Amino acid sequence: MAWLIEFLTSSIGKKLVMALTGLFLVLFLVVHLIGNLQLFYGDGGQAFNVYAHFMTTNPLVKFLSIGLYAGILLHAIQGVLIAWQNKKAKGSNYAVTTYKNGTWMSKNMALLGILIFGFLCIHMGDFWYSMKFTDTVPMITYEGVDYQVKDLYGKVYLAFTKWWIVVIYLIGLIAISLHLIHGFTSSFASLGLVHKKYTPIIKMIGWSYSILIPLGFAAIPLFVFFKNLWNY
Amino acid sequence: MKLTLKVWRQKNANAKGHFESHAVEADEHMSFLEMLDVLNETLISQRKEPVVFDHDCREGICGSCGLVINGRPHGPQAGTTACQLHMRSYKDGDTITIEPFRATSFPVIKDLAVDRSSFDKIIQSGGYISVNTGQAPDGNAIAIEKEQASDAFDSAACIGCGACVAACPNGSAMLFTSAKVNHLGKIPQGEVEHKHRVKNMIKQMDKEGFGKCSNVGACEVECPKEISISNIANMNRYYLASVFGGQ
Ligand code: HEM
Ligand code: SF4
Ligand code: FES
Repeated sequence: MAWLIEFLTSSIGKKLVMALTGLFLVLFLVVHLIGNLQLFYGDGGQAFNVYAHFMTTNPLVKFLSIGLYAGILLHAIQGVLIAWQNKKAKGSNYAVTTYKNGTWMSKNMALLGILIFGFLCIHMGDFWYSMKFTDTVPMITYEGVDYQVKDLYGKVYLAFTKWWIVVIYLIGLIAISLHLIHGFTSSFASLGLVHKKYTPIIKMIGWSYSILIPLGFAAIPLFVFFKNLWNY
Repeated sequence: MKLTLKVWRQKNANAKGHFESHAVEADEHMSFLEMLDVLNETLISQRKEPVVFDHDCREGICGSCGLVINGRPHGPQAGTTACQLHMRSYKDGDTITIEPFRATSFPVIKDLAVDRSSFDKIIQSGGYISVNTGQAPDGNAIAIEKEQASDAFDSAACIGCGACVAACPNGSAMLFTSAKVNHLGKIPQGEVEHKHRVKNMIKQMDKEGFGKCSNVGACEVECPKEISISNIANMNRYYLASVFGGQ
């Protein structure tokens, strides 16, 4: 056991935790997006609400979601600790800093992360908390479904008619995009996976992911907002 | 050419430092350190304290020199140490700001000289190979594949100057440490101790208080020996293998 503790408290062990939890969140976002795209079905929310019901009641999903919450917390806390330790290791900075090395994202991962965390709190408060712990989401019955489900679809549609909620979501998604433009490739380097042939491919996948996935998420609030605005 | 220097002056590790301005008359054929020699000659003739800076070989191989010139460790020229930087990189009337390397594990000794003994301790923890004494072995007795030898040699080019730490916003020593780990681990002479070396050097690196790599890449840009950042990923992999593999 001593060896494991020594490993997890070493610089590379800490980075391994960041990389693994980060990539786990990357995988989660894909699943989350695919599920949410059901909001686009023009079926009055049946598919989405039945899916949301399944996701909040299925024991296996419940078990996996505990892993997800733990992963986010571990990633966020470890990330902020690392950033703080790194700041201490640097000490003071130079008087002249006109020459810039490295991307802005790579030097501001903690800032972007804190933005993302703030966004997640708002996001979870909006939907996850009201769905699970309050009665503010009304029940609805669908033909062919023999149990009542909560109308989260209606709640989402209502939320995204407000422009400022849409703006908060866009800011959160831009932060996630920037975080991943650096983070995706960086996590492979942290895991020791750098290779002349494969790293350019990882970089390309990282860029595509970091742009396309947030765009996919952004489409939801934008779609709802403009649909409501133009009233069709 | 006439230059204005803004030089960092600091009495000792605990003193608060400040910038001091000096006018210097330099020649474009001088090296950067020769230009500082001119400044110091003038200061001595005025009975003032000369500016302290580290140097030894002045031919880019020892790793002693290390100044941050206008915000860049070893100055603006790629793949060049401060001692090999020449004044032809500057023009008449320029103002040049000179600061010491900045990192918590490199405390200032005086003016521009910093204490890099934390690097020595990392080397002592594993940056060597054990060889029995006796007659010098035949250089070609162990066959090494060309590519492997070249790879090891690329990493061996590290002169231990510390510019990577100075350039890193996290004050991380991973480029230096990984250069040593790759240099020694990739050749048969060093492979024997490879697993212990990786673990021990990283343990010492952490103990010295260096930061953690965020894959920013500033180190490889400023390294005068152009050590590639891929050394760090290799070291990460070796470390994981030596922790999780074996006993
Ligand atoms: C909850 C708030 C978050 C915080 C506070 C946070 C913080 C950080 C920090 C500080 C780093 C840099 C670590 C380093 O350079 O050593 C980082 C890396 C990373 N983050 Fe986050 N992050 C958050 C959310 C996310 C999310 C939602 C994802 C994925 C969807 C993610 C994916 C990644 C990845 C892949 C890395 C790269 C790991 C590496 O460099 O090895 N992060 N995060
Ligand atoms: S890796 Fe480059 S910058 Fe770092 S100590 Fe070695 S030679 Fe200097
Ligand atoms: S003085 Fe030896 S490398 Fe510059």
